[in-house]
Amino acid sequence: MKARVHVTLKNGILDPQGAAVKHSLGALGFEGVDRVRQGKIIELELSETDTAKAEEQVKNMCENLLANTVIEDYSVEIL
Amino acid sequence: MRAAVIQFPGSNCDRDMAVGFDRASGDNNRAQLVWHKESNLPKDIDIVGIPGGFSFGDYLRCGAIAARSPIMRSVIEFAKKGGYVIGICNGFQVLTESGLLPGVLMRNSNLKFVCKDIELKVKTTKSAFTNAHKIGDVVTYPVAHHDGNYTADTEILKALHGDDRIAYTYVNNPNGSVDDIAGILSDNRRVLGMMPHPERMNDPALGGVDGNKLFESIASALVSA
Repeated sequence: MKARVHVTLKNGILDPQGAAVKHSLGALGFEGVDRVRQGKIIELELSETDTAKAEEQVKNMCENLLANTVIEDYSVEIL
Repeated sequence: MRAAVIQFPGSNCDRDMAVGFDRASGDNNRAQLVWHKESNLPKDIDIVGIPGGFSFGDYLRCGAIAARSPIMRSVIEFAKKGGYVIGICNGFQVLTESGLLPGVLMRNSNLKFVCKDIELKVKTTKSAFTNAHKIGDVVTYPVAHHDGNYTADTEILKALHGDDRIAYTYVNNPNGSVDDIAGILSDNRRVLGMMPHPERMNDPALGGVDGNKLFESIASALVSA
């Protein structure tokens, strides 16, 4: 079973990398980009076959390592 | 003073830190270097140093993987029992990631790696790390980091200010950290995290000796039998 974790900065946390990407898009002539937020995708291959258990496992991984919940939100997708 | 300095893959200035401890305590080769895969600290340690560098290549987040290494369980336990811990640069990031210090160190606001000598103001003398100073003393230490932009929520900042837990601030903020914070103390004042490198400025051959004050403070506070 595969899982995909999205880690993004919480709203209200300044994202200087996103701001730099937005600036660069503007410099390339891409118009109408109001905001850019940069995050991470982490893909996991799990031996667990039960979807609910897998989701629980991955959430636990997010809380303990994959995300820093002081500044980041995460979402878990079981594929 | 019996010091242990933790080494992760990608640590730097770990030996400089050990030399700093040894010189201040007047006892050569006493500080012990401890590999991250060890599960226990040496016995009768007075202070643990977590050095700078780019542990585990800064993968995932700076300090995140080091903070979950076997030795850190022992360091966390040591700190919770009232042990002294100092984390410098990447060591500060490891301390926030391990929950021993509040807040987080984010990418520098101008996105640039900053590497230069900078001035810091000593904000409190009520700690084992800064007791040899006077409040307002200005020291020059090198900084070398990409993620030194300290951030915390308003509640944490209120506690840091209210409880006199800000150890150092930048005179000219190089990374966008909130309230110019360069170093903070834990609530029991025994854990210090700071971005600048005192151990890189404690010998005339390195360009200055300002860093000696920090190690001397520690040595005088932690005189061991």
